[in-house]
Amino acid sequence: MRSENSLRKPKGFCVSHSRSSLLAPHSLTMAILNNRLTTEQYEQNFSDIHPPFETREAALVEANRCLFCYDAPCTKSCPTSINIPKFIKQITTDNLKGAAYTILDANIMGGGCSKVCPVEKLCEGACVYNLLDEPPIPIARLQRYSTEKAIAQKWPLFQRKPSVGKKVAVVGAGPAGLSCAHVLSREGVDVTIYEKESKGGGLMTYGIAAYKVTPQFCEDEVNFITSLGGITIKYDQELGRNLTLAELQAGYDAVYLGIGVGVARHLGIPGEDLEGVEDAIRFIYDIREKGYPAVPVGDKVAVIGLGMTAIDAATQAKRLGAKEVTIVYRRTQAEMPSTEVELNLAKLDGCNLIWLASPKEILGENGRVTQLICNVMELSVPDTSGRRTPVETGETITLDVDMVIKAAGQIPYEELVTNNQLTNWYGKLAINEHCETNIPGVFAGGDCVNGGKEVVDAVQAGKDGARAILKKMSERANE
Amino acid sequence: MKERIAGATNSGISNLHSFTHSLFHSLNMADLSTNFLGIKSPNPYWLASAPPTDKKYNVLRAFEAGWGGVVWKTLGSQVKNVSSRYSAVDYNGTKVMGLNNIELISDRPLDINLREIAECVREFPDRAMVVSLMADNTREKWHELIAQVEDTGAHGLELNFGCPHGMTERGMGAAVGQDPEIAKMVVEWVMEKATIPVITKLTPNVHSVVPTGRASVEGGTNALSLINTIQSVTGVDLNTLVPNPYVAGKSVYGGYCGPAVKPIALKMLTTIAQDPVTSRVPISGIGGISTWKDAAEFMLLGATSVQVCTAVMKHGFRIIDDLCDGLNNWMDEKGFKTVYDFIGKSVPTITHWEDLDINYHIVANINQDKCIHCGLCYIACEDTSHQAINLTYGKPYNTYSIIENECVGCNLCKLVCPVDDCITMVEQRKGDEYLNWKEFQRRGLPLNDH
Repeated sequence: MRSENSLRKPKGFCVSHSRSSLLAPHSLTMAILNNRLTTEQYEQNFSDIHPPFETREAALVEANRCLFCYDAPCTKSCPTSINIPKFIKQITTDNLKGAAYTILDANIMGGGCSKVCPVEKLCEGACVYNLLDEPPIPIARLQRYSTEKAIAQKWPLFQRKPSVGKKVAVVGAGPAGLSCAHVLSREGVDVTIYEKESKGGGLMTYGIAAYKVTPQFCEDEVNFITSLGGITIKYDQELGRNLTLAELQAGYDAVYLGIGVGVARHLGIPGEDLEGVEDAIRFIYDIREKGYPAVPVGDKVAVIGLGMTAIDAATQAKRLGAKEVTIVYRRTQAEMPSTEVELNLAKLDGCNLIWLASPKEILGENGRVTQLICNVMELSVPDTSGRRTPVETGETITLDVDMVIKAAGQIPYEELVTNNQLTNWYGKLAINEHCETNIPGVFAGGDCVNGGKEVVDAVQAGKDGARAILKKMSERANE
Repeated sequence: MKERIAGATNSGISNLHSFTHSLFHSLNMADLSTNFLGIKSPNPYWLASAPPTDKKYNVLRAFEAGWGGVVWKTLGSQVKNVSSRYSAVDYNGTKVMGLNNIELISDRPLDINLREIAECVREFPDRAMVVSLMADNTREKWHELIAQVEDTGAHGLELNFGCPHGMTERGMGAAVGQDPEIAKMVVEWVMEKATIPVITKLTPNVHSVVPTGRASVEGGTNALSLINTIQSVTGVDLNTLVPNPYVAGKSVYGGYCGPAVKPIALKMLTTIAQDPVTSRVPISGIGGISTWKDAAEFMLLGATSVQVCTAVMKHGFRIIDDLCDGLNNWMDEKGFKTVYDFIGKSVPTITHWEDLDINYHIVANINQDKCIHCGLCYIACEDTSHQAINLTYGKPYNTYSIIENECVGCNLCKLVCPVDDCITMVEQRKGDEYLNWKEFQRRGLPLNDH
């Protein structure tokens, strides 16, 4: 067992030993198989990687290190502007309810964000202790300490104002939609959320590695949000399938679109339709939706791209029992969208990395993937913007693989929004400074506008959208 | 090194200790030994009269660890202690910034105490053995107790006129120390009988320690020690709503000690060190001494020996190593060969406010290379009074700079800054000459205009 893994996962990391040889006895042929591990192994590989503070004292040691900065850099680096020094101070005074309120008032998904945020480039990255070459305050961990209790014990932190007789339809129960709905409902607006899936949470529930945020937590978080009252989620309701924008416009005082982004970007190379070529979003979705044993994974898996989704796909492929996982990225570490912390997750899970390699062609036999051919790239001299574009060297490398997972970005729902006469830019919705689309009364925010950013950005977009809707409502009322 | 010695010897812990101590001394130049009215100790550190000094088992281990002396826990009239006895004040995660106790004097039988004192003196003749006393309020009782204690071979007596709880209800402890006339009378009784040096321990639970200090000196005491604990309520339990320490649903005022009381003790010590009557006798300093730095400060303000209790109750006798070592290194750095080279050296520097030089002016300077942009200086100055720090917005890091015209040189920004030497106070005199408040007024110089 790899010792590094034990740092994060007390029981170590389970790979398919006897079980896989049992399934493929004496066989050298590669195969995409499900059910590679035992139940215990799956549970172990997909348990929450975030170690909680075991005790109050342990949390206080860290909380008491906080300097309580004024106009704090951590807060300024949080897209939702959580007053971090304030909530940490509240932890030190045993005012955990106050701490949870401070967090959740600014970010209703503060619990989930404390698990999935790339804090090393946000709050913790800005902590002034970094300037002293000291470890930053473990802000995310302290945030979990407070919010997990709030969610688990269902603290009624928020009270809804009496109904003002207004109705808003929100499309998408992801971070943007839930955040928007919560702000609106607190102000007495009745909100109905239309969600295409059977669970709320959006990408938090369907698009992030299960070991970062467990399915149970996602469900609890959504329930915590809706426990405010005034928010109804209607599941299996998809815009363009069994729901039209016109219906919503007719039935509600305003509509908020938080529809997110769709499938993974096409690579545009030969062989992309071979069996064994997977969309990372679909792969991650299946893990969350179907359960770990049901999701097949190859023996030798290549993951294309190096964003958060690529890391989540690669690590989970490994944790599902893939023997070899190789991440292929066309630039270098300096340009990667993933953070160092994320990259280390993949490295600790034993994933291989090939830098400066761009997929050229996927080869197959009998319709199934057998090889991935990549162009070997090099970085050009920086252009005027300082960006170094990868260019082909003419050399290629060939990887023997039986599965290719595409994680080179996601594409917006261009067809859907265009069909609804919504102004967009390659599918990304255009909104004005009041979060309103070209259609009056239809607002939007989150990934469907920004093309795909962090959960915390979507939460802020939802807040902004709700405030814009409230402002417009009050303006109308005053007319 | 230590292990090798321990493996090679079976000559007992105390011998081992003196050997390792001599190793320490070979590295250091300075001489830490003190002679307090003829009571000699190898270093100025005595354990104060308190639970760590209430029996032979403790005292021998303290001596083995290297303590210079002890003041044996107060002997006197028969008492019985309760449970619980202590409560504490924690601060930002640091435990026991202040300790409060409601324990009375020794509740062990007198004859056992006396026998054990004698044994300790015999085993460690080079260490100071002072015995704290609090007899019932008659001349005979005091005489009787003194005679018994002197028979043990103890080197000195300390009169407990300071215990602020319990004993006061019987007219003892602080009840004596709070009334200069009674204190003087008791000291006179003691001096009629005592043949070894007598130290009178003062209570801080008075508006000034000087009147009782003077009365004690006039009554003949050979020395003074201060402070005893300060009457306190450390806090109220927010679940039970009963203050701490909790004794069957009730509490009682206790005596406060530990690091929190040090500044108060230093002030009281200084008043004794500066008074023309009380400064005639040596002083043993007490009150929150936890480190060699604290000890050096007490000695600079007039203490010849220092007494430690709370720090030992929290960490054990082992802290003596750094108490000695740190003091020794500091003395070497400063060129002090013996403790007498610096005892009392800072006393004259504490003066009257109206003698302070108004022309002395300092302004803060922020070293931008060291600044970590926490903004603590800014908000302290902004919300305190002076608004002398400028904030230039940045994301995520603001820049802070001093508005020198507005800076009054108060030190607050420097005090709250978490980075050493990031903020320094730079001298910018208002005038070359010394100018005090009286002269300032006489000349009719202008006051602040904003």
